[in-house]
Amino acid sequence: MEHIRTPKVENVHMIDRLTPRKSTVGTLYLSSTHTIFVENSEARKETWVLHSLVYNVERLPTNPSGSPLLIRCKNFHVYRLLIPQEKDCLDVLASLTRLSRPECYGELFCFSFNPNLDKELREKAWGFIDLKAEFSRMGIPSNLWHVTAANHEYRLCETYPSELFVPKSAFPAVIVGSAKFRSRGRLPVLSYFHRDTSASICRSSQPLSGFSARSTDDEQMLHAIMKSNPVSELMYVVDTRPKLNAMANRATGKGYENEDHYTNIKLQFVGIENIHVMRSSQQKLVDVGELPAPSMSDFLWGLENSGWLKHIKAVLDAGVFIAKAVAEDGVSVLVHCSDGWDRTAQACSLASVLLDPYYRTIKGLMVLIEKDWVSFGHKFSHRYAHLDGDPKEVSPVMDQFLECVWQLMQQFPCAFEFNERFLIQLHTHIYSCQYGNFIGNCQKERRDLRLQERTHSLWPHLWENRAEYTNPLYRTDHSQTQGVLKPLTTAYCFKFWKGMYGHADKSVASHQSPADCLNAVREESQQLEEELIAHQEVPRETDAGQETCPTEGEENFRGEEEDQQAV
Amino acid sequence: MEFAELIKTPRVDGVVLHRPFMPTVEGTLCLTGHHLILSSRQDNTEELWLLHANIDSIEKRFVGSLGTIIVKCKDLRVIQLDIPGMEECLNIANSIEALSTLDSVSLMYPFFYRPLFEVIEDGWQLFVAEESFKDLESMTDEWRLSEVNKDFRVCPSYPSFLTVPKDIDDESLCKAASFRHGGRFPVLSYYHKKNGMVMMRAAQPLIGTNGRRCKEDEKLINATLCAGKRGYIIDTRTIAVAQQAKARGGGFEQEANYPQWRRIHKAIERSNVLQDSLIKLVEACNDQSHSMDRWLSKLEASNWQSNVKEILTTACLAAQCIDREGASVLVHGTEGTDSTLQVTSLAQIILDPTCRTIRGFEALIEREWLQAGHPFQQRCAQSAYSNGKPRSEAPVFLLFLDCVWQILRQFPCSFQFNENLLIMLFEHAYASQFGTFLGNCVAERVKLQLSQKTVSLWSWVNRPQELQRFLNPLYEPNNLVIWPSVAPQSLLLWEGVFLRWNRSTKCLDEACQEMVHIIEYNKELQNKVNSLRRQLAQLETEDGPLQTP
Repeated sequence: MEHIRTPKVENVHMIDRLTPRKSTVGTLYLSSTHTIFVENSEARKETWVLHSLVYNVERLPTNPSGSPLLIRCKNFHVYRLLIPQEKDCLDVLASLTRLSRPECYGELFCFSFNPNLDKELREKAWGFIDLKAEFSRMGIPSNLWHVTAANHEYRLCETYPSELFVPKSAFPAVIVGSAKFRSRGRLPVLSYFHRDTSASICRSSQPLSGFSARSTDDEQMLHAIMKSNPVSELMYVVDTRPKLNAMANRATGKGYENEDHYTNIKLQFVGIENIHVMRSSQQKLVDVGELPAPSMSDFLWGLENSGWLKHIKAVLDAGVFIAKAVAEDGVSVLVHCSDGWDRTAQACSLASVLLDPYYRTIKGLMVLIEKDWVSFGHKFSHRYAHLDGDPKEVSPVMDQFLECVWQLMQQFPCAFEFNERFLIQLHTHIYSCQYGNFIGNCQKERRDLRLQERTHSLWPHLWENRAEYTNPLYRTDHSQTQGVLKPLTTAYCFKFWKGMYGHADKSVASHQSPADCLNAVREESQQLEEELIAHQEVPRETDAGQETCPTEGEENFRGEEEDQQAV
Repeated sequence: MEFAELIKTPRVDGVVLHRPFMPTVEGTLCLTGHHLILSSRQDNTEELWLLHANIDSIEKRFVGSLGTIIVKCKDLRVIQLDIPGMEECLNIANSIEALSTLDSVSLMYPFFYRPLFEVIEDGWQLFVAEESFKDLESMTDEWRLSEVNKDFRVCPSYPSFLTVPKDIDDESLCKAASFRHGGRFPVLSYYHKKNGMVMMRAAQPLIGTNGRRCKEDEKLINATLCAGKRGYIIDTRTIAVAQQAKARGGGFEQEANYPQWRRIHKAIERSNVLQDSLIKLVEACNDQSHSMDRWLSKLEASNWQSNVKEILTTACLAAQCIDREGASVLVHGTEGTDSTLQVTSLAQIILDPTCRTIRGFEALIEREWLQAGHPFQQRCAQSAYSNGKPRSEAPVFLLFLDCVWQILRQFPCSFQFNENLLIMLFEHAYASQFGTFLGNCVAERVKLQLSQKTVSLWSWVNRPQELQRFLNPLYEPNNLVIWPSVAPQSLLLWEGVFLRWNRSTKCLDEACQEMVHIIEYNKELQNKVNSLRRQLAQLETEDGPLQTP
């Protein structure tokens, strides 16, 4: 509480930029975790903004009506406040600036967040996602793949999980040797096994090949991976970087595999730009959303100039390439970038979404994120600026993955069990620090922070509320839910994600959502079914045997009238 | 003239047809007076029947003796025909070219088409001015139906019956007509039941460089204002364009002469600019090799989306003046047959829930486009692949449909019809077996005797079998005004038209079916439960109270 100078300011205006007549007056409260705005109106509507979601706070020049304060959030919400007294505004600014930039993990919201769960339930909640079970769902371990203890206590690779799946034919010495030849010890290990073709997706960091170095252990490791797919004599190595970047790395003793040294590998660059390019691209995209009354040209030009959709396309193209290699050519793929925790995670997880219908379910996407992102050491705390730190480490890597999934949902509306709201909720929680799942940068760090004892897990919470996140068009027996997705990646297939980036002003809401209407209809159907069944217990009535209609949904309204209009 | 003269080679065997997202078909190509037909003569392959009128332009190519004709259609589809034999190919190409550019309206297919269905409800008789005037009369007695234009002399592009203020006599109307471009004096377009405000439309006033004025015109539009109230004149042109129009005898209402009116200028583009925009947009959509940057920059350069935004914004403005400001509105541009109609018809969709039903939308198109004299024949003579010198073609109606689609997409539960109806209207406006969109105004249609000699599009659309395809499963009638967002990010490219032939819609179609399925299932359950409830109630009255588990 020591950072809060003024806990309460009255007569604050919350400004609606597009429709000023919708602006409201209320009281602003600062708590240790939230900024709360309570409207003076009859309804006393409350707006809660989590400090850890605040991206920055900006004070605009004081004008006769007061001091404007702009709160920009990491989920792209923007709040415009007008505070009557300049002094109050300065106090709020100083407090919020400090509170939104915690300096150590202990300050994070997840350590004080207490949803009243007893100890036993909390522990159980952390077991909600079980990666061992996930590998066994894929059929691993098998006669060709097994778990290695090589990374026990993280002695081989600090940023990997302690349990790694590798080809059975790879000897311990090969594993150790291969790790030594890979940047930060991130050796090639199994990420996804495709049962239908027995081709696999493995992941690693770049090899320390420089201009001429080689490692027979690493070569044998790749050979073992290739051999673990008995039907193929070939294997792809997908370097997700632009070729030029990969070549530049050779000068620092890193780089990419020399095709002459490895047996039967085919190297493919897919050209996803680095985290710095992506960071500035997203910033430009967000700026487009903040333009006051943009013309269509301003908007389209801004969209093009940001390069954002071009990058989204590059990421999805990488996923499509890998999925095609695995499913159609039956060839195993090793994916890496530089460190193998950003672009590699994007490409592997997207390929998995395309390949395996399970990852297109609510639970499945949780499992996938837990596997390819959390356990494999994606640097959540760095990338999403959980702590006040190096701004150059921040980058919207996960944002891009979620957006690629959203773009797929546009092409395959029946293929996903979850809806857009689920993706947006995930996005928020990746930044919010409310739950412990995404705190820290790798498994070891999370263990050292004793997160499982001190914080709560997001997954069971989302699961309990899954009705809210269900796509009404999803049916397990629908043709779109089966098999491999083959999206079109022509430029015109990519859209601006309005649900994510379109609410710089709170008033730009979507008017009527067909999904919400349908969910309401389905919920009603469920009640009718129940009523029917109840009636049928009265003997006379027959006509039973309805097809089952899975019904989760939330009562929804169809508000019309009164919406934003930029005239 | 005999069509046979234009068809040197009526039949070629071994022609290969390439269509997007369909397997190639080899078969026999036949040319008739109105159709290009390709049939494989096998049972399960679909035949191609293409109206010559649907062909926008063709290209020929030769490799040895194999000729290829690329046929570009007005509905934006591009197909390819490989024709063995150079002579055959040339003959076919020449015939297509001649048959698709026939000048005489009376040679068009609608005059030859005989429906295979029984016309139960004649679309030509569906929307009669007297009938809709009765509706108006039930709400207000301020208006009358004038027959001043009975023989189309006062205004050639207006229909015979026009709704005008009760206190203005026909003589004044004639004088006002002489003061408006093309004789299009201000007439009633829409009456807003909620507050009694009205929207009128007209053509520009002919004030010219010496500032002519016309007392009757002033009196006419002032007659629509309540005492002490002000009205808005929405000029769809920028002030600069409107100023320039003075030099050619046109112009805009001077404040001094219309003190009770506030004039607002908007910037809806003229028709030749719109045609250029369409050509550029379709070009961008058809090139699948574009990188993201190039695609976005071409989309931007086409200006299509900007046009959509401008038109919708102006319509919202008109609707806002009426509904929010409680003021009456007069809309005009230059001729009053293009941008004016876009604005008045879209404003009605925003304000009037009736226009969001199928019948209401048909009536709107009949009233605000066909009767109001939008020159369909001229505007839809060519589409996006026109390579000749542009005459008066312009996608004015397509832009209107695009704007409707934008509102429909933002309010998916408020329309009785779905996107298919809009796409169907786009197709039929450009090429059709029905006579509805022939001619440029009512006078021409009467002269062509369309209602006797051709079938109305509405006769076909309103058949229950056809209607099914156009129904929106999510529709729930509501009486509210709907305010669409016109922010750039809220306006999307209309993929259903512009990417229709460039990507498969299988997955999207499946989603629609799924929607229908969910809603049908719900209705089925509701029926069952209701009938059970009734039975139960009956039982209870018969047997006394029943114990329910």
